[in-house]
Amino acid sequence: MNAPETRPVLELAQVTRIHGAGGLAVHALREVSFETYAGELVAVMGPSGSGKSTLLTLAGGLDQPTSGRVLVEGTDLTAVGSAERAKLRRTSIGYVFQDFNLIPALTAGENVSLPLELDGVPTRAARAAASTALGELGIADLADRFPDEMSGGQQQRVAIARAVVGDRRLILADEPTGALDSVTGEDILRLLRARCDAGAAGVLVTHEPRHAAWADRVVFLRDGAVVDEAGEPMAAVRS
Amino acid sequence: MSVKHALLALLDEEPMYGYQLRAAFEERTAETWPLNIGQVYTTLSRLERDGLVEGGDTDDDGHQIYKLTDAGRAELTDWFGSAVPRTQPPRDELAIKVALAVSAPGLDPTAVIQRQRSATMSALQGYNRLKRQTTDLAYELVLDSLAFAAEAEIRWLDHCDARLRRVADHPDGAR
Ligand SMILES: Nc1ncnc2c1ncn2[C@@H]1O[C@H](COP(=O)(O)OP(=O)(O)OP(=O)(O)O)[C@@H](O)[C@H]1O
Ligand SMILES: [Mg+2]
Repeated sequence: MNAPETRPVLELAQVTRIHGAGGLAVHALREVSFETYAGELVAVMGPSGSGKSTLLTLAGGLDQPTSGRVLVEGTDLTAVGSAERAKLRRTSIGYVFQDFNLIPALTAGENVSLPLELDGVPTRAARAAASTALGELGIADLADRFPDEMSGGQQQRVAIARAVVGDRRLILADEPTGALDSVTGEDILRLLRARCDAGAAGVLVTHEPRHAAWADRVVFLRDGAVVDEAGEPMAAVRS
Repeated sequence: MSVKHALLALLDEEPMYGYQLRAAFEERTAETWPLNIGQVYTTLSRLERDGLVEGGDTDDDGHQIYKLTDAGRAELTDWFGSAVPRTQPPRDELAIKVALAVSAPGLDPTAVIQRQRSATMSALQGYNRLKRQTTDLAYELVLDSLAFAAEAEIRWLDHCDARLRRVADHPDGAR
């Protein structure tokens, strides 16, 4: 196996995130260490407020840890400037937000193709990739609709299409099935699973045990710390 | 579990002999509920006695082939047409274990819960692995049934865990 493959796509080392200060300080994450390799899907579970979204926003470079390091394909997100972080977010990281975060003034197709176009992919190619991604999510026919013309579950699928379009190495999904029925939800998990089998690394936050069980590993957070893991860490399988 | 109705349903598809019935049942239910051949033949003779099936010809190897009677078809229609009764809860070892763990001296019940949660999650991962390998719809639906039951168990364990923590934080009895 060649060297880049044995390096985790995502690595959190002793990451702590404290919101606020003094008596009002909230320890959202406490010295969490965590790795995800190419080909691996990891699920993160835990009660509301346990730090799941915090972990994901740090992994996606949307927030900075109070201490510790976050590495994506070897690049330390805490050490690079915001421009480089933004570029990495556009090219390597696909992020599904808990509240979708679609741009209201753009159609579904435009929402999905935007990150590619921002990265210099010609419009036609970007639109074609977007329409393939929407097709994979079963909503090819909604490409010209605006977010407020779609149901919650349809918007959620557009948000997922935007995260998996192009070849993202790291897919981060925060409750990507919250607005979906059980069959559509399972389709999404099968899609994420397939992306990881094809070589991406994925982290999925979910409250649904059946969905978490599509992952190779299930990490359980409580009060900002990892308290339990089910499944075999890929590092152990590989060494 | 109603072996009787399962056999009627299979015989409604085509006449079969005992070993074929057992194989068909296990294939359809993904060998989740193994059936022994003695059970199949006892059930068949009871069904024959009640006029719901009839033992007809034997094939070249001497197997007796059973087929559905009109009364059997009517019984089957009733079965598909009615809900499965929610029977008395089976004695559930896990519920009993957690109930006893809550008051066991020197034991942390949340550790019992966390261990079970991990084990049930591993089982659930196993069902999904099997689902990835199959394209057989009937098998998939049986696996789904197991998966939903495992999920319900995990949700209940999370609920127990949250309640125990709440009580630990508010020993005065506030919920
Ligand atoms: N910007 C912020 N300022 C202050 N506290 C915050 C902030 N963001 C998150 N927190 C706190 O950090 C903790 C972890 O929040 P987080 O959003 O990571 O939880 P979660 O596990 O994703 O919960 P949920 O399942 O409800 O989405 C919570 O106590 C939350 O109130
Ligand atoms: Mg959250």
